[in-house]
Amino acid sequence: MTGPAGAETATIQATIDGREVTVPAGTTILDAARDLGIDIPTLCHHETLSPAASCRLCVVEVEGRPNLMPACATELLDGMVLQTESQAVIEARTLILDLLLSDHPQGCITCEQSGGCTLQDYCYRYGVEASTFEGDKRQLPIESDNPMIERDMNKCILCGKCVRVCAEVQVTNAIDFTERGFESQIAASFDNPLASDFCRFCGQCADICPTGAIANKQIKGVRTWDRKKVRTTCPFCGVGCNFDLNVAGDKIVGVTAAYDAPANQGSLCVKGRFHTDLIYSPDRITTPLIKKDGVWEKATWDEALELVAGRLLEIRGEHGNLSVGVLSSARCTNEENYLLQRLTRAGLNTNSIDHCART
Amino acid sequence: MTNSIADIVGNDVLFIIGSNATEAHPIIGNKMKQAHLRGAKLIVVDPRRTELAEHAHLWLRLKPGTDNALVNGMLHTIISNGWHAKEYIDERTEGFDDLWATVKDYPAERAAEITGVPVETIVAAAELYATTRKAGIFYTLGITEHTVGTANVMNLANLGMVTGHIGFPNAGVNPMRGQNNVQGSCDMGALPNSFPGYPSVLDFEAQKKFSEAYGVQMPQDMGLRIPEMFELAVHGTLKAMFIMGEDPALTDADANHVRKALENLDFLVVQNIFMTETAKYADVFLPAALYAEKDGTFTNTERRVQRVRKAVEPPGDTKPDWEIILELGKRMGMDWDYDSPEAIFEEIRTAVPQYAGMTYERLGTVGLQWPVPTEDHPGTPFLHEGRFTRGKGLLQGIPFQEPAELVDDEYPMLLTTGRMLYHYNIMTRLSQNLEWLRPYELAEVNPADAERLGVVEDELIRVSSRRGSITTRITLTEKVPPGTMFMTFHFKESPVNELTNAEGDPVTMTAEFKVCAVRMEKEPAAESHGAAAK
Ligand code: SF4
Ligand code: SF4
Ligand code: SF4
Ligand code: FES
Repeated sequence: MTGPAGAETATIQATIDGREVTVPAGTTILDAARDLGIDIPTLCHHETLSPAASCRLCVVEVEGRPNLMPACATELLDGMVLQTESQAVIEARTLILDLLLSDHPQGCITCEQSGGCTLQDYCYRYGVEASTFEGDKRQLPIESDNPMIERDMNKCILCGKCVRVCAEVQVTNAIDFTERGFESQIAASFDNPLASDFCRFCGQCADICPTGAIANKQIKGVRTWDRKKVRTTCPFCGVGCNFDLNVAGDKIVGVTAAYDAPANQGSLCVKGRFHTDLIYSPDRITTPLIKKDGVWEKATWDEALELVAGRLLEIRGEHGNLSVGVLSSARCTNEENYLLQRLTRAGLNTNSIDHCART
Repeated sequence: MTNSIADIVGNDVLFIIGSNATEAHPIIGNKMKQAHLRGAKLIVVDPRRTELAEHAHLWLRLKPGTDNALVNGMLHTIISNGWHAKEYIDERTEGFDDLWATVKDYPAERAAEITGVPVETIVAAAELYATTRKAGIFYTLGITEHTVGTANVMNLANLGMVTGHIGFPNAGVNPMRGQNNVQGSCDMGALPNSFPGYPSVLDFEAQKKFSEAYGVQMPQDMGLRIPEMFELAVHGTLKAMFIMGEDPALTDADANHVRKALENLDFLVVQNIFMTETAKYADVFLPAALYAEKDGTFTNTERRVQRVRKAVEPPGDTKPDWEIILELGKRMGMDWDYDSPEAIFEEIRTAVPQYAGMTYERLGTVGLQWPVPTEDHPGTPFLHEGRFTRGKGLLQGIPFQEPAELVDDEYPMLLTTGRMLYHYNIMTRLSQNLEWLRPYELAEVNPADAERLGVVEDELIRVSSRRGSITTRITLTEKVPPGTMFMTFHFKESPVNELTNAEGDPVTMTAEFKVCAVRMEKEPAAESHGAAAK
């Protein structure tokens, strides 16, 4: 946080779990604690979103305050002394989780999100096995009309992250809370299924959902612990978003967000998020081909490369440097573009290399 | 871009001209909308009512192809009201008088007449942009894909310099590059007029450097640009082509001409992942791996060099493009021993001064923005701090020129082309997910034009230009003004580039995709015609 222009940014000192901390004024308790490596549980908070302070799982005990305070939305003040895992805090968190489970399907074993579910992690952390409350559970239909995103609002804990990410990051406002109280859920207007005339299918709501309520259908069916993540750069537009390719065995199963990516901070568009099925398209050609009498025939790399090298050199030799042209590609890597220009200039001895800089 | 993507949210004014960012650069589009939520004012210049136009403080719905007249009108307004940055102009630029000599003929009234944008709106846009410190210009193909594309770009630089908006954070003149690695392909010298790192191929020192580095005397003359290659192929002078990763038969203007050129070649090699329209004309097809199957780097629109990492093995007999080129090079007498993309990158560092300080290790997971001259240089989030690369920024007057092709009685509609969210060029057509979202072209037509023609939503119509004739389905929308229609170039079933005009910008030869004159007709055989059907 910066103060008014010219003013020194003030710092404040406080004590968290008996440890001294010095941070710039305006820092939340949550961020100050994270600086110390203290992990305060959160459900509705996300660093890329405005605070909602609605789940209250992040509460901490501040000396001299009658009530527990939400760490995600409370500024750390000079001289504050606070506890992040006191008895009162643990009791409060246990109660919150217990209440959340009271209206949550008891199907962790078969839930896609298992292992990557924040609710499950925190229940484990606080020893909440099942709800002690008896009550009705919602019986809402699962929405799975499109090939990318599935919504099972029975698993929703109403943290609102999906609504905020859609409004604040995608600035699309496709979904919102509907009704209040027990019947409350997240839906598009008039409860319609997600459709491309109002939703961009960016999938960011699915990525940020702490439970299995909104699922990315691509990675469905592969347990989180079976997925290896490989950070890479999107192959489509010039924004250069980064994401993690999720690999199970020797197969890419989908994409998850990289919140530390400099260009996109976890955001993606529909192409970056949901394109990976094209990698396994049956239309891909997997052997070199040589056309003989107008018909494609499979060839070995040796045959194909000998032919290409021979013919290009021959034509260049016979007809001069205007006789061959090379198109490089804005889809290929720097290394590939560099090597192809070197081959064109040094091997074919012409500057006739270009690429579709406009597309 | 002179500035960084992360900057956008902190801008107070975004002057967005000819860029449908929410479709073409979705994450940048999001940041523009986020800036608007934060209170920034958007000035959107676009004939179409794009999503950004909905968020705009000022929407300038100009006639397609008249951008330059608008910018001249703004320059005139700014200078005659004294809103220009006099000190900055004195200290950092030259040619102000030359600029004024041209611009003085474009008072807002005349600009309004040419562009169809009201005088008050032009004046308001000029004042808002000029008098806000954190004001950036953003543009894409909309601006460059005109016969006057280079002139448009130069005039936007004029606008940025005259108002002193270049060389600071949250400002600058920001071309948003289209494909993922256009920036990198240019940096690497995959261009007929420049070596890696941009020295001219005619520059004696550079010729010497690369002759020594490659052990071969470098060619002495300019190479052919894409449209020239096709032209010479039609004439039979150019006899062989090697085409890696592109599909010009679908994506280049005047596709029928391109097909004629490809057909006429003695020898065509296509290296790609599937049988593209272009590959159908090839003699040899070399199957390449996809980005997820190889290592390397891409350079994004903010000059950030980022890693591409291999996640899985290439399928079947496919190979990464670099390996194919390497094998081919060896067979063409190159004594190459690169054993990895990283080894090639190490050579790039010596060839391209902007990349000298980068290593794969330094790139890590966040990359580096060039120029990075040394290994302890942190990278460059915005360009031209304190001074321009060439010393003084050159202001040059750019008179307005009519688009090359105008409507007439036979071809009374303007067709503009561009991108949409769900597809990227052609590769995304292989994804079932993205196909589900948009399996065919849906040309945008104004309801008034549709009514005149007696066609309805989703109907198959015929669109013809002076160069070709295709069919497409339509959607009726006020996004396009009457007399204008819009199509993308992703669908081989509705190959819009059979219609577009290959007449190029005299400097870059970028074709005039943005504006071409067409005629729409009811398609009598609509029922039986399967071309654009699902
Ligand atoms: S997919 Fe994206 S646009 Fe659609 S509801 Fe989710 S966040 Fe919003
Ligand atoms: S759907 Fe997920 S992200 Fe949205 S409110 Fe429910 S639990 Fe939170
Ligand atoms: S995810 Fe979308 S916005 Fe990001 S680089 Fe890929 S195509 Fe561009
Ligand atoms: S995380 Fe703080 S109230 Fe939800």
